[in-house]
Parts: sequence; C-alpha cells; structure tokens
Amino acid sequence: MALKIIASMCSGCSACEPECPNVAIREKGGTFVIDPKKCTECEGQFDSPQCIAVCPVDGCIKKV
Amino acid sequence: MSTNTTFVSLSGLKKGRQAVSEVIELEGGCSTSGGSGKSSCGSSAGPEDMPPEIWEKIKNHPCYSEEAHHHFARMHVAVAPACNIQCNYCNRKYDCSNESRPGVVSQKLTPDQAVKKVLAVASEIPQMTVLGIAGPGDSLANPKKTFDTMRQLAETAPDIKLCISTNGLALPDLVDEICKYNIDHVTITINMVDPAVGEKIYPWIFYNHKRYTGYEAAKILHERQMLGLEMLTARGVLTKINSVLIPGINDEHLIEVNREVKKRGAFLHNIMPLISEPEHGTVFGLTGQRGPTAQELKAVQDACMGGANLMRHCRQCRADAVGLLGEDRSEEFTLDKIEAMDIHYDLDKRRAYQEKVEQERQAQHQAKVDALSAAFDEQLAGVDADMKVLVAVATEGHGKVNQHFGHATEFQIYEVGQGQALFVGHRRVDLYCQGGYGEDEQLPSIVNAINDCHAVLVSKIGACPRDELKAAGIEPVDEYAHEFIEKAALNWFADYRQRIASGQVVHVPRGDARIRQGAYTAEAA
Ligand code: SF4
Ligand code: SF4
Ligand code: SF4
Repeated sequence: MALKIIASMCSGCSACEPECPNVAIREKGGTFVIDPKKCTECEGQFDSPQCIAVCPVDGCIKKV
Repeated sequence: MSTNTTFVSLSGLKKGRQAVSEVIELEGGCSTSGGSGKSSCGSSAGPEDMPPEIWEKIKNHPCYSEEAHHHFARMHVAVAPACNIQCNYCNRKYDCSNESRPGVVSQKLTPDQAVKKVLAVASEIPQMTVLGIAGPGDSLANPKKTFDTMRQLAETAPDIKLCISTNGLALPDLVDEICKYNIDHVTITINMVDPAVGEKIYPWIFYNHKRYTGYEAAKILHERQMLGLEMLTARGVLTKINSVLIPGINDEHLIEVNREVKKRGAFLHNIMPLISEPEHGTVFGLTGQRGPTAQELKAVQDACMGGANLMRHCRQCRADAVGLLGEDRSEEFTLDKIEAMDIHYDLDKRRAYQEKVEQERQAQHQAKVDALSAAFDEQLAGVDADMKVLVAVATEGHGKVNQHFGHATEFQIYEVGQGQALFVGHRRVDLYCQGGYGEDEQLPSIVNAINDCHAVLVSKIGACPRDELKAAGIEPVDEYAHEFIEKAALNWFADYRQRIASGQVVHVPRGDARIRQGAYTAEAA
C-alpha cells in the first residue's frame, strides 16, 4: 500500500509535500519522492490520496 | 495626476486642491475628477488628492504609483513553488504564467536564501523599496515559506514594503498572519465574479483536502476571493486586483469584475493581456485561445475607468524580477553571486538616498506642471473637438521624450485630445536594429506594436525607419526632443490639428495593434 511519484513527470513544484498526513514525501534532487514505508495512500485519513489531489501533473503519482 | 494613469488635464491642473480632495472624500478614496469624466485617483506628485496615510503607503511603490515606477524598484523572490489551483493559462510543468508570467524563475529559493538576496539587492540598489512574493506558485499555498521570509525581513529590513500576490483561495485563513508581518499590499488575481465564467478558466482547485472541479470549484474560489478581499479592506490593507483578459471568455465580464472589486474596496485594478503562446504548453496555448489585441485591451480598460483605479504600467514581470519595472537585473543576483557579496545593509544610507530620489521627483513633477500650463491649444474650425489619437513615445525616463527610436525596447502610449494627454499603456518591441518578428507581415514588429498610433515621438530617428513609419501611416516626430512627454504630445497634437484645419493633412483613423507576448525583461541599461 503505497504510491509512487514518476520522477520524469514531477515538476518539483512541492505542492504535495506539505499535504501528506504521514510526512512520507520529501525532495530528492529537484523532484519529489514518496517513502513507501510511510505512505498509507491516505486510507482512513482522507477520501482521496492528498498528493494526487494537489499534484498539477496528471498521472504523475501512481500506485506501485 | 494619477497613480495609475498619468492623466493630465489642464482644467484639472487648474482646479484647487480643496475641490479635488472633496471629490475624493465623497467617493471614498478614488474618484472621477472634474468634468472630463476621467478617473483620477492618487497622485503622481503629492498627497493633495488622497488621504496622506494612503499616499505614504504608495508614494514609493512602483506598482501602486505610476509615477513612482520611474524612480523606485521592486524585487520578487521565488520562495513559493506550490499552488492550490490550476489555471488554464498556467503550466507548472515548465513555468507558471500567472498574472504576469511570474512563474519564469531561474532559481527557487529557500526563505533564508531569499532574505539574503533581498539584503544584497537592497544594499546594491538603494531605490529598491518593495519586496514581493508572487510565486512561481501561490504565495499563500506556501504559507510557511512565505511568512518565514516576511518575518525575517520585517526584522532585518524594516524599511522595505512587503507585498504578496495570491489567487485568493487560502486568503481568508491567512489575513491575520498577513497583518502580523505588516504586509500592507496584497494582489489578488480575480478573473471572474461568475462561476460559469470561472469554470472556463480554472479546471480544478484543491481545497479542504479535496480536489474540486467545474462550476463548484469556480464557485468556491470566487467566494473565497470576495471574502478575502473584504477582510483585507476591513483591516486597511491596500489591495490590487489582477485580471487576465481572455478574449471571448471574460472580456466583457471584466467590467463587472471591476465593479464588484471596487465595491469591496479594491484600491487598484490591473487588467492584463492573456499570454498564450503554444510553446508555453498551457491549456489556452494548446487550444489556440488567443490573447487580446492592443485595442481590445484598451477598450476594456477604458470601459472600467471611473471604477477602481486602473494600473496601466504593469510589465508582467517574472517571479524573480529585480530592478525598476521594465528592466531585469536578476542576473546580477544569482545565488553564487550573492554568496560572494559583502552585504552591508545600511538603513540610514538607504533612507537618505530615497529622500534624494523623492526630492528630484518632486522637482521634476513641478517642472512638468509648469511646462504644461503653457501648453494650451485652441479650438479650430473644421476640426472635431472630441478627436483623440494615440501617440507612441520613446523615453528613457524622467518623463521626457529622450530616447532614440532605434534604442527603444518599449514605447509608452499616450492618448491625446484637446487639452489632455493620458498615459494608457506601453508596448514592448524588438530593438529596431534587430529586425522584426513578423510572420506574414512585411512591416517590422514595431509597426505592428504601435499600428494604432498616429505619431511616434522620439529624440532622434534615422532616415530609413523614418520612411518606413511614414509609409505605414505613422508620423515620426523628433521636434520635441527632451521635452516633457505630455507637453510634447499636446504640442504635436495642436500642430496636427492645425494641419488638418488648413487642409495639409487628412485625418484618418488608425487600425489595431498587436501586443507582444511574454514578460517584459529588457536588460537594465
Ligand atoms: S497517498 Fe497520502 S500518505 Fe501516501 S504519499 Fe500521498 S499524501 Fe502521503
Ligand atoms: S505535486 Fe506533483 S509535480 Fe509537484 S512536486 Fe509533488 S509530485 Fe511533483
Ligand atoms: S494561481 Fe498561479 S501558480 Fe497557481 S495555477 Fe494559477 S497561475 Fe499557476
């Protein structure tokens, strides 16, 4: 249960980072990555994964 | 005479201070002054036509005062990359083209880096009086970074005015914080007051942990924008509203936007042309949504006169622009260069310098008023008394016609009629020597950009462009070199009317002009 950011699509806009309730997102070399150990897909916390909801690039964040 | 539109009406100039301030009081700050019906709020000279506390806030703010922008500089720091909405004229995959294509930044900064950069610039450029956070995302979608920067600056550089620019979605929640750091100028981008229009501009918003789309998204955004604006007005924060003019979507609607924001206390309204080149990769760019022509933009701006004050000198700056409006010195202040700089932030020295600038500016203004009072023109038989024409002016500043045609990277546009010369905008051009960008057109880009003008006033002009302009129907004029712009324009106009009356020339209306896409980023001279 975790999401993944497709690095080649990420614009590095940082919008997702502060939205993650589990502090699973951090910057890595200009783009952002999700720590699979921390990501819960926002289950039980929000109706939809917060990172996907705020990301401006369609298809940039996916299920692994 | 005005903050945003340099309106020079001779009858207005002769009017007593008393009368002018009465009008202002009646109409709550900004007004339509005199019989001419032109909007004349604020002052390019002094506080005679606005409350002193407001004048204090804007007198050296290049965006809030049209005249100040020739003397004082601003800078933006790019600390806010994230955004909470999507606009069809923005593509964050590359850059953001927000209200002013401000998304174009070369370096994102952390708050600490930003503070260092501000201090470096403030020490190098003492006339830098304003610091803004305008993206590349939304300043308030990045509240930590934005307010961390502002807090540090309020402590270390208390003389610098702080501004932020926002889409307004998060605004109502953050008004208290804005006031805490003395941020006394806020720009809200408002493109609609009707969600049915908004739907065509905003594909989605992220609000309360949810992505909203369609009408619902636009409705929430609209309500948050209005609430935020009202809250800022109630706390005495000066607000500027930016609107992007999108032909066929919100062009006529912006007149209503103007009315609604004015009603809620907006101080200034900046209506800007959509930037939508396909290569920017924005939705509008890709769907072929065009930007307005110069005359379409002017028509909407003119229709809004008498409402909230209009800003007409906006240069659609980058989110990391540095320097006077219309110039860009950001290259001098990249991170590595700042690292190597020895920064001494000397508050007293800055104050002294700014005092001097202010004195020079007052002197210049007085000289202009004196020069103008001599420039009357008479009613002529056989000439339409209501005739108004546009003239383009090449200037290097100081309010004078003092630039060589071939050196101009932009022209200031004045509308001249009997007894008045009104600044209505600027047009960016390629340097004449470097040729045009025309596609099908044979004429160089300059003619495209000022094709709605009857004359172009310059300090000097070569034989070749002179002929080209004439052939295009634009009169090249160098007789008024080094005179004040308004005086030169009025004198040229009187002469033009003479020539019409005597049958020397036949007055024919001009066509439309093209707005050059993109931010204005000339290298500093
Ligand atoms: S899905 Fe939720 S928990 Fe996982 S990274 Fe995105 S925001 Fe964080
Ligand atoms: S919101 Fe999307 S584009 Fe922006 S940093 Fe996160 S993953 Fe990258
Ligand atoms: S508000 Fe600004 S940064 Fe956000 S999507 Fe619109 S234009 Fe881009």
